[in-house]
Amino acid sequence: MRDVAFNGAASASTLERADAQSTLLEVANLGFSAGGERLLNGIDLSIRQGSRTLIMGPNGSGKSLLLRMMHGLLRPDEGTILWQGAPLTAEARFAQAMVFQRPVLLRRSVLANLKFALSVRGLRGRERSDRIESALATAGLSHLARRPARVLSGGEQQRLSLVRALACDPELLFLDEPTANLDPASTAAIENLVLEANARGVTIVLVTHDAGQARRLGEDLIFLQNGRVAETGPAEQVLNAPQSEPVRAWKDGRIYLGPNMQNMKEFKGRGN
Amino acid sequence: MDSFWSALGGAIGLVFALDPDLMEIIGLSMRVTLTAVLFACLIGLPLGAAVGTFDFPGRTLVAVVLNALMGLPPVVVGLLVYLVLSASGPLGPLRLLYTPTAMIIAQMVLVTPIVAALTRQVVEDLTREYSEQFASMGVGPLDRLTAMLWDARYSLLTVALAGFGRAVAEVGAVIIVGGNINHVTRVMTTTIALETSKGNLQLALALGVILLAIAFAVNAAVMALRASAVRSAYA
Repeated sequence: MRDVAFNGAASASTLERADAQSTLLEVANLGFSAGGERLLNGIDLSIRQGSRTLIMGPNGSGKSLLLRMMHGLLRPDEGTILWQGAPLTAEARFAQAMVFQRPVLLRRSVLANLKFALSVRGLRGRERSDRIESALATAGLSHLARRPARVLSGGEQQRLSLVRALACDPELLFLDEPTANLDPASTAAIENLVLEANARGVTIVLVTHDAGQARRLGEDLIFLQNGRVAETGPAEQVLNAPQSEPVRAWKDGRIYLGPNMQNMKEFKGRGN
Repeated sequence: MDSFWSALGGAIGLVFALDPDLMEIIGLSMRVTLTAVLFACLIGLPLGAAVGTFDFPGRTLVAVVLNALMGLPPVVVGLLVYLVLSASGPLGPLRLLYTPTAMIIAQMVLVTPIVAALTRQVVEDLTREYSEQFASMGVGPLDRLTAMLWDARYSLLTVALAGFGRAVAEVGAVIIVGGNINHVTRVMTTTIALETSKGNLQLALALGVILLAIAFAVNAAVMALRASAVRSAYA
């Protein structure tokens, strides 16, 4: 509970305890519906500067959706998202970056991909070329700089998209299952880059399905189930000794059917 | 059938003799068509890219109109441009009727919607892929537009090619606004129409062969360029 507060009785006190100065992103009572279905409901959390937060949960639990909302790519139906205490604006998004599950690379060379991202931020000349050089070196892609980005291997493409995001010097980096399609070596390379960035002070929010990755990277864990926060706390603790039924079910590889069964017992029926 | 083969033989003779009249007609055809396609691209590429990239009210309507205009009948375009350029028309004082410029304008009107509509489709597909990443990066409208045009460049070459194909083969509009005047506005297609009606099949066929050869060469060049782009995953 160091960096994350969640809905329920504990959230208010946790939010109060959290140092207001170091809270980077704060989400309160977030809700979102689409096609008549409630996809996110009453989500409260706060992400502190320099932390590594993992978002986990089964498919369709709203992880990617939540990530997109915190990044400002989607507007919530209800609730607020505060970036350093102020509403999340387009300018604020310049202090954030996101790496997607499938890297979206421009139909250009590796170098031109980095150049484009930095130009968008208004960087030119010497500073831009310095940053490109160091990003290429960090990703181990210097020898491939002139290659078309889209003929790189999956691992190289994701490394490029990660260093492209980091080259823009974000305070907060969102990653949406960045290693879902990668082999163990490529996954390790991505994880190392993420940890290095975090050591430099970049706050990390990462969605993953991989419990091993959660243990390697996580400080704090938010577990979503059916668009609600099911459990939250230090990653080790939530994974090793889950308190909630959804996390226990997920850990055992069972399908969690929700509290519906209980509700059905309570339901007296209508008219009979 | 004999007359066909003798006409074809004569036609090939004309082509290899580099007949000056023939060369003049081919030269004017290329000048008119390439200029018209250039201007159509200057207007149609950014227009189509804007409709494909940005969400705005009435976007679907614009797309439908562009698609519908792709099928503009050349004679109708010829007639409209004729009315505008004729002595009593709004641009009458410019005295452009029966000049190559009039033919360029007519072909441009014909080709611009084709370029714009096809560009919109290409760019819309690319936007679907890039939009979230661009939103995440905070890419501004102008950067977004130019990035779309650049990243779709190889597909857009095919779009320009479609415009070229339409313009170079077109006869209805240029014969109305150009008048098919010898040494002034006589192009390949109008000559073929005229010479065929005169019974001079030899020249008509020679021009037909050259028209086909040009279309073939341009298509082959663009396909080769695209094939190399596909190898780099740029297309």
